[in-house]
Amino acid sequence: MNLHEYQTKFRFADFGIPIMRGKIASTSQEAYEIARELRGPVVVKAQVLAGGRGKAGGVKLAQTPEEAEEVASKIIGMTIKGLIVRKVLVDPAVNIASEIYLGIVNDRTIGRPVMMASSEGGVEIEQVARENPDAIIREQIDPFLGLLDYQARNIASGINLPHEHWKVFTKIATTLFKVYMASDAVLAEINPLVITGDNQLIALDGKMIIDDNALFRHTDLADMRDTDAEPVEETQARAAGISYVKLNGQIGCMVNGAGLAMTTMDMTKLYGGDDIGPANFLDIGGGAQAAKVAAALRIILADSNVKSVLFNIFGGITRCDEVARGILQALDEVKTTVPMVIRLAGTNAEEGRAIIDAAHIPNLASAATLTEAAKKAVDAAKGAQ
Amino acid sequence: MAILADKNTRLLVQGITGREGSFHTKQMIDYGTNVVGGVTPGKGGEWVHGKPVFDTVKKAVDATGANASIIYAPAAVAPDAIYEAVDAGMNLIVCITEGIPILDMIKVYDYVKRSNSRLIGPNCPGLLTPGQAKVGIMPGYIAQPGNVGVVSKSGTLTYEVVYALTQAGMGQTTCLGIGGDPVIGTNFVDALRMFEDDPETEKVVLIGEIGGRAEIDAAEFIQSHMTKPVAAFIAGKSAPPGTRMGHAGAIIEGGEGTATEKIAALTAAGVKVADNPEQIPSLLK
Repeated sequence: MNLHEYQTKFRFADFGIPIMRGKIASTSQEAYEIARELRGPVVVKAQVLAGGRGKAGGVKLAQTPEEAEEVASKIIGMTIKGLIVRKVLVDPAVNIASEIYLGIVNDRTIGRPVMMASSEGGVEIEQVARENPDAIIREQIDPFLGLLDYQARNIASGINLPHEHWKVFTKIATTLFKVYMASDAVLAEINPLVITGDNQLIALDGKMIIDDNALFRHTDLADMRDTDAEPVEETQARAAGISYVKLNGQIGCMVNGAGLAMTTMDMTKLYGGDDIGPANFLDIGGGAQAAKVAAALRIILADSNVKSVLFNIFGGITRCDEVARGILQALDEVKTTVPMVIRLAGTNAEEGRAIIDAAHIPNLASAATLTEAAKKAVDAAKGAQ
Repeated sequence: MAILADKNTRLLVQGITGREGSFHTKQMIDYGTNVVGGVTPGKGGEWVHGKPVFDTVKKAVDATGANASIIYAPAAVAPDAIYEAVDAGMNLIVCITEGIPILDMIKVYDYVKRSNSRLIGPNCPGLLTPGQAKVGIMPGYIAQPGNVGVVSKSGTLTYEVVYALTQAGMGQTTCLGIGGDPVIGTNFVDALRMFEDDPETEKVVLIGEIGGRAEIDAAEFIQSHMTKPVAAFIAGKSAPPGTRMGHAGAIIEGGEGTATEKIAALTAAGVKVADNPEQIPSLLK
């Protein structure tokens, strides 16, 4: 789950990382009030979960409260990468002398968090990694010890930070790791960490991604989820306990198991070529009970791009005849004329197929193999176009 | 021979009184696995499917001589269950539990690494040595004894491939699901090394997916260390970057971890990579 800049920075501040003390506004009038309170020039920043806000015109400097109001009225309501801006952060403007990147992610290969820093602040770290990999300084962090002071000094030294800032930098770096652990983050970034004209270190922009699996113990963070930033189907799927990702193709996929769900998507693309592909990733989990199948089917069919639906179920512990009955029951609840293909394999697959065939549903075909099922779903999608 | 578990495995079930734990204990016993008991804190003295339940892993080990443990405990308490199994000296710990926070797993991984225990998973289907032991949730009937070793990040996709092998008359030494989380106890390279060292395994199937570089590491290991033929399938060719596809670890990040780069690395290492999992048996012929 992604946090907004203001959510991230306010959390950073709670732990003691210095930020510009701005406030959040939902209307241009509020932006005016905040700017007046702050006295002096401000920066009005769109709060959307997308990169490239500056380039899109979502970050503007304002010299006066009136100007802040005018700028905010333009930014609030604008669309950045498909997302509508509903809030702006109004921060005191700052005189920047230099910019640093400081971030933490988990390195899967070594199984540890890694702090990364570069003197090229304000640039995405992936871009630095591509163009100037030697500019990135890395320190692996012992999960039991945390980031040690000497490691923070290694980083300060590696990015040629002037000595006068080392003490404050060490405090910021070790605190960032504390926030990271305390928030169950999978990414925490200060980008840029700036040295101001009057020699202060300030976290000017921040980003955090929280581990969805850990939200059960962070209800405060879970409440911060911005469901505006995801397709409505994904919000519905989460509520139904279904793992769903919306894609751009035409074949709705309903599968049990994440690996098999990805494979099913791949098969529709393999046989669909450039024009036809998966409309979604969907893992219905074990069991495939009627209620869950019905919920999943509603979500799939809500996507107007969907021209055919492919069910691919491998019955392991779950028996395919039970799954077949669940699907038929769901189809009774969710009426549709979209062509559908069902492929059942594994435990009692033949019994399951017999149940499907005996139901004689005109827009429902069965298939014995994944290849056959994918081809049929592709043909149906092409026919419907 | 096989890897990790066989008829000499004495298995303990942590979380045996839970719905999942109890159900799969029955399935494992029915398959012929030597389940010697279970653990649920606070339920010591009870019995599940004729097996004694203990309050602590240590007590269970003292009473039963268990040398392997399988964990069905919920995500919030599964890390504690793993630590308890490590400290009780278990050789093999298989964690089925899905949804363990990654920072918990990072600590677990570090702790296990400093012990003599081998951890499989979490968020995995466990393993199956056909005809000998089922330590996990794989359906037993899809497999049969033979000489193919299978290692996979996935669940149902693995069943799919194992079933296809069985139907093609190609039995398996051991089918191992290592899990799709970003941090796991046993990776592809560990599993490949075990299969390479197992005299009964003659061929190996690797089933990977997008995210991370475990398949790239596997390709390097295959190239430099393996004498046995390997066939592979990588799921997620059509997955968009930056989006998590069900498994916590299945995400292309910063342009890295794509199916294309993994397939290229494996192909360069001499692995036959299938476009479609149904092709796997024919690639092993």
